[in-house]
Amino acid sequence: MTALLHQIFSGLAMGGVYAILALALVMIYQATQLVNFAQGQMAMFSTYIAWELIDNGEPYWAAFLITILLSFLGGMLIERIVIRPFANAPVLTVVIVFIALLLIFNSVAGWRYSYTIKTFDSPFPDRPWFGNVFMSSHESGAILVTLAVLALVYAFFRFTPLGLAMRAAAQNPASSRLVGIRVGWMLAIGWGLAAAIGAVAGMMAAPIVYLDPNMMSGILIYAFAGAILGGIDNPWGAASGGFVVGVLENIAGAYLVGTEIKLSVALVIIVGVLVMKPSGLFGRQLVTRV
Amino acid sequence: MAIATDDPSAIAARPVTGPDPRGRRRLAVALLGVAALGLPFVASGYHLFQFSQVLIYAIALLGLNLLTGYNGQISLGHGAFYAIGAYTTAILETRFGAPYWATIPPAGALCFAAGFLFGLPALRLGGLYLALATFALAIATPQLLNFKAFDAWTGGVQGLQLGKPHAPLGLPLTPDQWLYLLCLACAAALFWAAANLVRGRVGRAIVAIRDHPIAAEAMGVNISFYKAMCFGVSALYAGVAGALGAIVVGFVSPDSFGLPLSLSFLVGVVVGGLASVWGVLFGALFIEFVPNYADQLSDLFGESAKALPGAIYGVLLIALMAAMPTGVAGAARSARPLVSRLFSRAKRA
Repeated sequence: MTALLHQIFSGLAMGGVYAILALALVMIYQATQLVNFAQGQMAMFSTYIAWELIDNGEPYWAAFLITILLSFLGGMLIERIVIRPFANAPVLTVVIVFIALLLIFNSVAGWRYSYTIKTFDSPFPDRPWFGNVFMSSHESGAILVTLAVLALVYAFFRFTPLGLAMRAAAQNPASSRLVGIRVGWMLAIGWGLAAAIGAVAGMMAAPIVYLDPNMMSGILIYAFAGAILGGIDNPWGAASGGFVVGVLENIAGAYLVGTEIKLSVALVIIVGVLVMKPSGLFGRQLVTRV
Repeated sequence: MAIATDDPSAIAARPVTGPDPRGRRRLAVALLGVAALGLPFVASGYHLFQFSQVLIYAIALLGLNLLTGYNGQISLGHGAFYAIGAYTTAILETRFGAPYWATIPPAGALCFAAGFLFGLPALRLGGLYLALATFALAIATPQLLNFKAFDAWTGGVQGLQLGKPHAPLGLPLTPDQWLYLLCLACAAALFWAAANLVRGRVGRAIVAIRDHPIAAEAMGVNISFYKAMCFGVSALYAGVAGALGAIVVGFVSPDSFGLPLSLSFLVGVVVGGLASVWGVLFGALFIEFVPNYADQLSDLFGESAKALPGAIYGVLLIALMAAMPTGVAGAARSARPLVSRLFSRAKRA
């Protein structure tokens, strides 16, 4: 029983990481109806930036904030320079561009930071918090950070004029432009936010899975699975889907299929959900008029 | 959802220009055939190996293009079917002692079945969702091949070693030459089949499903049958390519069938040109040779730039997508009227 609880709680911690990354995916999906296959690699690169800052003697939380800021700017730049020229291109062309980005980030990270695995220290104290015996302090901390990110994103979109403008631009670009919203910039900010949120996911995952240029590809698949499970057009659904997938993955890895083929769990979830309930648990049912 | 292009020339694929396009086409195919047949007697062993790889990739790309270009189903996971084909050949050869040539048909058949089965749930997934599901398939494949329970069959991490086949009937050919000719024969047969498939009733049905599923259904096209069938045939091509790949390389291991392979297939299809049978040849040349050139280019940046080829490859891809969004075949198609206008007197004022 203790072992099971332990699995569930550490699943929740990883699930938090998936939830944040799923949120980043949803952010771009809502604005452009595209799934960013490079999201994981972008998060990985941000994590390396944090590692470099910490390595140069910055305190953790300063590095954390600088990384988020740099990722935000980087994400905006990517949208402006790379993605924008393909705004009217067919889906497949954009998918190829995402794949190209994925390759670029992976190999630049490998070139600059080498492919050897690095450790990434957790900012949280060694002793478990609140006498909680089931989770390490990093796991509890990661869950807290996840909840904080979710709350911030919610507050941003619910209470700020910019958030409202971004929602409007995603929902109805033409009308938003008519009322004076700069839709192009809203897209760029969306990319920036997604990159920044992804950076948080990377920095929370790195102490658990260690830092290497391929660390996020598995995590990205679980985030996909979470987003699909919760409904890719619903941020809160996607985030809760991320938590569910984290727990399912850990339990299946421990008791059902073994840790070697855990990734197949994500595959099964993705195919299963898409076949049974394509809009996900909390997604909007899409009805098209013929 | 129209994935390829909305301009009608891409769908009709064969604009009638020039005096006798069919004769010229035949001439081009004949010239290509002669060049391909002559190659093994002028090229060295390693180059022949590379060109065998090109032919193998071309077969796999052709299969993927049937699915993605003609039928509009995006697959990021065709490396998985390639892997099934390769492992079928390797297992039949090492565990059952089957001769290498006899393993190609079962590999194709098994992949057809696997593709058909994967295609059934895929029926319900449109565009990007299918891309997601197949992306997950591509990432999970090496793990599944590594799975301990299958070790007795698949050889686990070590993979399986195959012998290099010699030319039959005492033909005076080196193994490299023979393998190249074997790949050429398979590729020729499969290209012929695909060219006929897309030109006929089935091909029109497949394209109609891509362009307007509801209209196609109203015309009496059985969408679920054709889509699953298309997935199966596409996987069959990938499987035959995988089987040939295992024979030519003489070695299979889980790590060679990961995400990079699946991604390079999609890259090849898009670079060559969607919904084009001959475009995949350019795509195959691209994915076989451009990574090498990216490698050499990155050497210019010094010793520390060892990991950069991926970045150069990525930048090249983005540039290519910006310059030629319809691939080489699409660019050639749109260039043809331009060229013929240049060389003919102005008919239209």
